[in-house]
Amino acid sequence: MEFPLENKKLGENEGYDTIIKTDEFEEKRVGQQVDIPNPIVKIENLTLKYSGTPALIDINMEIPKNKATAFIGPSGCGKSTLIRCLNRLNELIDGVTIEGSIKISDMDIFDPKLDITELRKRVGMVFQKSNPFPKSIYDNVAYGPRIAGIKSHSVLDEIVERSLRSAALWDEVKERLNESAIGFSGGQQQRLCIARAIAVEPEALLMDEPCSALDPIATGKIEDLITELKQNYTIVIVTHNMQQASRVSDYTAFMYLGRLIEYDITEKIFLTPLKKQTEDYVSGKFG
Amino acid sequence: MKNFWKSGDPFIWVTGGALTFSLLMIGGLLFLIMAKGLGFFWSSDIAEVKLKDGSKLLGQITAREKIPQPGAPPGTPKRYRIQLQIGNRDIYGLDFRWVNEEEIAKIDYPRNAVLLERREWGNMYGFIKEIREGEVVVAQENEESWIALKDLLPRTQGIYKTIKRIGKKDIGAINYKIEGLRLDIRKLELQAGDQTSMQANIKSLEDQIEVQKKLYRNKESELASLYEKLAEDKIIVSTIDGREKEMSIGAIVRAYRPNDMSLLNKALLYISKVWEFVSGEPRESNTEGGIFPAIFGTVMMVLIMSIVVLPFGVLAALYLREYAKHGSLLRIVRICVNNLAGVPSIVFGIFGLGFFIYAIGGTIDNIFYSEALPTPTFGTGGIIWASLTLALLTVPVVIVATEEGLAAVPRAIREGSFALGATKFETIWRIVIPSAMPAILTGLILAIARATGEVAPLMITGVVKLAPELPIDGHFPFIHLERKFMHLGFHIYDVGFQSPNVEAAKPMVYATTLLLILIVVFLNLAAIIIRNRLRKRYATSAF
Ligand SMILES: Nc1ncnc2c1ncn2[C@@H]1O[C@H](COP(=O)(O)OP(=O)(O)O)[C@@H](O)[C@H]1O
Ligand SMILES: [Mg+2]
Repeated sequence: MEFPLENKKLGENEGYDTIIKTDEFEEKRVGQQVDIPNPIVKIENLTLKYSGTPALIDINMEIPKNKATAFIGPSGCGKSTLIRCLNRLNELIDGVTIEGSIKISDMDIFDPKLDITELRKRVGMVFQKSNPFPKSIYDNVAYGPRIAGIKSHSVLDEIVERSLRSAALWDEVKERLNESAIGFSGGQQQRLCIARAIAVEPEALLMDEPCSALDPIATGKIEDLITELKQNYTIVIVTHNMQQASRVSDYTAFMYLGRLIEYDITEKIFLTPLKKQTEDYVSGKFG
Repeated sequence: MKNFWKSGDPFIWVTGGALTFSLLMIGGLLFLIMAKGLGFFWSSDIAEVKLKDGSKLLGQITAREKIPQPGAPPGTPKRYRIQLQIGNRDIYGLDFRWVNEEEIAKIDYPRNAVLLERREWGNMYGFIKEIREGEVVVAQENEESWIALKDLLPRTQGIYKTIKRIGKKDIGAINYKIEGLRLDIRKLELQAGDQTSMQANIKSLEDQIEVQKKLYRNKESELASLYEKLAEDKIIVSTIDGREKEMSIGAIVRAYRPNDMSLLNKALLYISKVWEFVSGEPRESNTEGGIFPAIFGTVMMVLIMSIVVLPFGVLAALYLREYAKHGSLLRIVRICVNNLAGVPSIVFGIFGLGFFIYAIGGTIDNIFYSEALPTPTFGTGGIIWASLTLALLTVPVVIVATEEGLAAVPRAIREGSFALGATKFETIWRIVIPSAMPAILTGLILAIARATGEVAPLMITGVVKLAPELPIDGHFPFIHLERKFMHLGFHIYDVGFQSPNVEAAKPMVYATTLLLILIVVFLNLAAIIIRNRLRKRYATSAF
């Protein structure tokens, strides 16, 4: 992995522009190119620093409800950092400072009065490397609901079945609910993680390169699943894979060195990008 | 030559050699203990040794060794001597005798030689002459008497068992009640309050004591008549040198004629002796009988220690690893914890004595058991204090192992839990601790291994040579944590080095050592099996 910003300490008022100056950057700092219908997430002037080193710089964007939005960009450009802001998972890391605001369904998520566990129940997450708990399939899926205080067995049974069905995993595991999740294949584990995330009925589902460790068949299944899920959930997916972004997403955001460069309808990003970097990246010239 | 060294081959030989040497040492140690310990229960034949001077000896051959001949010119024939267990301590004073092989004229194995294991005075070797019931002679010739003895023995042993039961259970219970009532009276007397009602209460308690005392006297007379019955049947045994000994059949534990037994019968006898050893109570200042109380004490102490050390160690490790702020203070604490594991155990013993027994135990006595003072209840050594001392001794081991286990729980799994809305506590409780469980149990295994082997700190915190009662019995509240207890490690020391009859105790030492090793292996094995189960269940994904 490259860390382009790692060794470059930026001053308080120094922008990204001081590093790479191109015509486009001077022309427009904010990357969002379209009006987003029915936005559920609103990010304003978001800047994030890891122990003083900026990883996200002045991000402004909106994310539409019940659509799939993809984040693309080279390694280390801040995609993971950005979506981990949406459920405040970055705060587990020492030395992170965040400025700006994020509103999800008009709720300010950095409000000190906000219950962070409540936020995380509303914004689910699927990680790059599947991370099932070392428990049975059933207990994995029931984990979130149990944390939320559901004790009734019949309710839990029902949630588990519904979630596994939504994650297209039910038929494969219904006989083996009490087996440890560890014995399953990578694709099944990742779908289990999706089932686990939707078991708490979040409004949005964050996916950080959910297929990067999977073979093409398993990837295909997950992509189908995402297309299915976006009927009911707002999906934010980070991906390295341009084809994947074009297949599953409605909107695509291109990030580079901590900045949002361009954000538009997916076809536009891939067919007629406005900015040169975007074009270079999606055509495979760098990245 | 240089290339030879460079090739590394000699180094492989050295490393392999070191490993082999260590394994051989351990193997040899185990073999020695096994051979000596297991051989103890095998009853060899009784030899009748005729010496050249005409005298005869009767006993079991227990050893043979070369007689050292310092300064003898090379080529002198080697000389040997044998050790005979001649028993009959009440007659000869000594159980064992060395005999030079040169002095021996002949060794016979008379079929009718009999070995009597007695409750007192050790084994008796000889020939049965007569059996009497009271004054009536039942049987006279050797063969007849042997049959009569075999008939009578179960009956006397039954009587003996009844006596034991009455003495231990019934009278024990009465004594326990009387002591309880006496303490109740003391308590009332110590309380200030309404004099008349107090007097009435005391009076009623004293009446109850009287009732119990009457019961006690009844039992006592019952016992006396049983003892009389036990003493009725007599046996007369003649020793090899022609002396006769009359004794009560009730004093005999086992009677057999090893020279007249088939291999199967000897094997059965072997099993029954092993069983007596592990399930029986010690006799003859621990050199004979069983060691059940010591097994019980050892296992119970280790269990109490585990129950205490596990939560404490895990909680401490959780704080250190999950909550404490990283920094130099944390590092210092960690170094201290690690070093604590290296402190000599006797130091912990002293601490246990000063802190647990005198400070805490003394305070408990003052508050709750003041009526029993000046006799201490908790303010003296007891199984709880010994267990706590050992818990203190082993808690660093558990902390270190647990910390490693916690550190090994992948960050991804924790984040997965947080992302579902779990708090830090919920994540630790539901994900981190279960995942670290195998490591925690590894720590416990190490702690158990260390604790079972410790003797020094126990000697000043509650282990005794002979405990009259087990820490668990039928009297309320059933578990008596304040009681002193017996311990295998201490038992080995006591029997081997403190007993008046060292030669007779030697095999006992080996057998007890073997048992201690078996218990350590067993406790460890149990923990390892549990750990492997958990490990399978909580294996973290690794793809
Ligand atoms: N925990 C962290 N501590 C410090 N720097 C980090 C940390 N995580 C990520 N970064 C830095 O932030 C930048 C963006 O990282 P990331 O969001 O993981 O990129 P992406 O997901 O797009 O590959 C990188 O330069 C990386 O070095
Ligand atoms: Mg990433």
